[in-house]
Amino acid sequence: MLELADVHTYYGNIRALRGVSLSVAPGEIVTLIGSNGAGKTTTLRTILGTARPRRGTITFGGRRLDTLPTDRIVRLGIAQSPEGRRIFPRMTVLENLELGAFARTDRAAIGADLERVFALFPRLAQRPTQQGATLSGGEQQMLAIGRALMARPSLLLLDEPSMGLAPILVETIFRIVQDINRQGTTILLVEQNARMALRVAHRGYVMQTGRIVLQAAAAELLRSDLVRKTYLGEK
Amino acid sequence: MQPWEVLVQQTINGLTRGAVFALIALGYTMVYGIIELINFAHGDVFMLGLFISLSWFALFGVTQAPTGWQLLTILPLVFVLTMLSTAALNVAIDRVAYRPLRRSTRLAPLITAIGVSFMLENLALLWKGPAPIAYPDVFPSVDILREWFGVDSAIFVTTKDVLVVGATIPLMLALNYFVTRTRWGKAMRATAQDRETAQAMGINVERTILLTFFVGGALAGAAGLIQGLYYNIGMWWMGYQAGLRAFTAAVLGGIGNMPGAALGGLFIGFLSAWSDQYISARWTNAIVFSILILVLVFRPQGLLGARSADKV
Repeated sequence: MLELADVHTYYGNIRALRGVSLSVAPGEIVTLIGSNGAGKTTTLRTILGTARPRRGTITFGGRRLDTLPTDRIVRLGIAQSPEGRRIFPRMTVLENLELGAFARTDRAAIGADLERVFALFPRLAQRPTQQGATLSGGEQQMLAIGRALMARPSLLLLDEPSMGLAPILVETIFRIVQDINRQGTTILLVEQNARMALRVAHRGYVMQTGRIVLQAAAAELLRSDLVRKTYLGEK
Repeated sequence: MQPWEVLVQQTINGLTRGAVFALIALGYTMVYGIIELINFAHGDVFMLGLFISLSWFALFGVTQAPTGWQLLTILPLVFVLTMLSTAALNVAIDRVAYRPLRRSTRLAPLITAIGVSFMLENLALLWKGPAPIAYPDVFPSVDILREWFGVDSAIFVTTKDVLVVGATIPLMLALNYFVTRTRWGKAMRATAQDRETAQAMGINVERTILLTFFVGGALAGAAGLIQGLYYNIGMWWMGYQAGLRAFTAAVLGGIGNMPGAALGGLFIGFLSAWSDQYISARWTNAIVFSILILVLVFRPQGLLGARSADKV
């Protein structure tokens, strides 16, 4: 479904991605784990076209993405819940969700998806007219995911959905991620919380300094020495 | 005239001036909100709006006050045509002068905007010459209190005052409806608040910028037409002064903040009318720009709060 082949992305002269290759198959949850600055967010930005690869190709359903502008990529069925949530601060919950559906052409079906998002996140249903900036961190995270779902994407990119959330909320968010996947959405999940990510994912990739250093089934990665020592803090 | 009558009269003058400043200030603040550019050419688009509206009137053969039904058909039509003309002009300015610099430093388009301002002023100078241009007295001026209500008052409220307010309020309501209720209006606000995330929603940011220049240009054109109908005179340099005052209004309200620009415009209108009366017209510019400096020094985010005051 999604295929990255030898992708190199630079910020100025800084090499952020040094030949990343990965693939995501329909129906999967694939996670990309690694420490801060490993290039996880850059990988997502490069997929979405907000950062451009200097080398390599990205294809989605057989179509090249790396030459398309972001708004066209979104229209092909990729949506993102970005790092830091990036809620539109001076817009209401409802407006944020409506903007998630901006690129859709099937206007009639948007209402049903709004119901679906409100069913997943009852907290949002209780405060449709509240301004984005005044929501709590957890509510903003729900809104960011909900907003991405409003695009009815075939591929959902989730960037650090657990960041800054209380542990109980992290559990909730990951349960919802699994629910979304069961309802038919393919997910590429970037996380620093490797344990949680590997528990919900089918497969995983480990990134270090702009490269993929390990890839395997999630259960296998949970048992691997590298992951246990470096990312799970075990001895 | 009693002192209170003077005050009331000057306040009415301030309201009509302020309405024009507010329409111009909205264009400044919208463009700043979306691309963080102080578009110094914006005042000159207002000036050209006045001259362009003259041509539209001329095309319909209107050189003096038309009769009732002509007024009701031609005037709205000229409003629309003038707004479309300046909207197109503003979009063209962005395409030619600013868009190629979209990825460069912030200073480059700013200096370009000053250059565009000079070019538009010289264009007007070539087109109309250096002397003030008489604007036909298209809209009848009736002393409402005396002639309609039979009140013998020293205060003048004319049909022209009503025209200014009556044209400005619907425009502002329409703008408010556009940015809060429509799909592309929401896209515009989203782009102003977070451009990259707006792109990730599937919003075509360049199209949103185009739309912003279009709407801002249309409002400036309406302001130019209103100015012409009200004062019956146009000068090639008038965009410079009106632009600076409108810019002050936008900063006062918080640059990037649309209700702030409208209120700031009204405030500058009142202030300049009172200053003309109670101090001296010669000091009005000094007072307006002192306000600008005071706001920038002590409250750079403006009275209502700016989108991003740190970037002014």
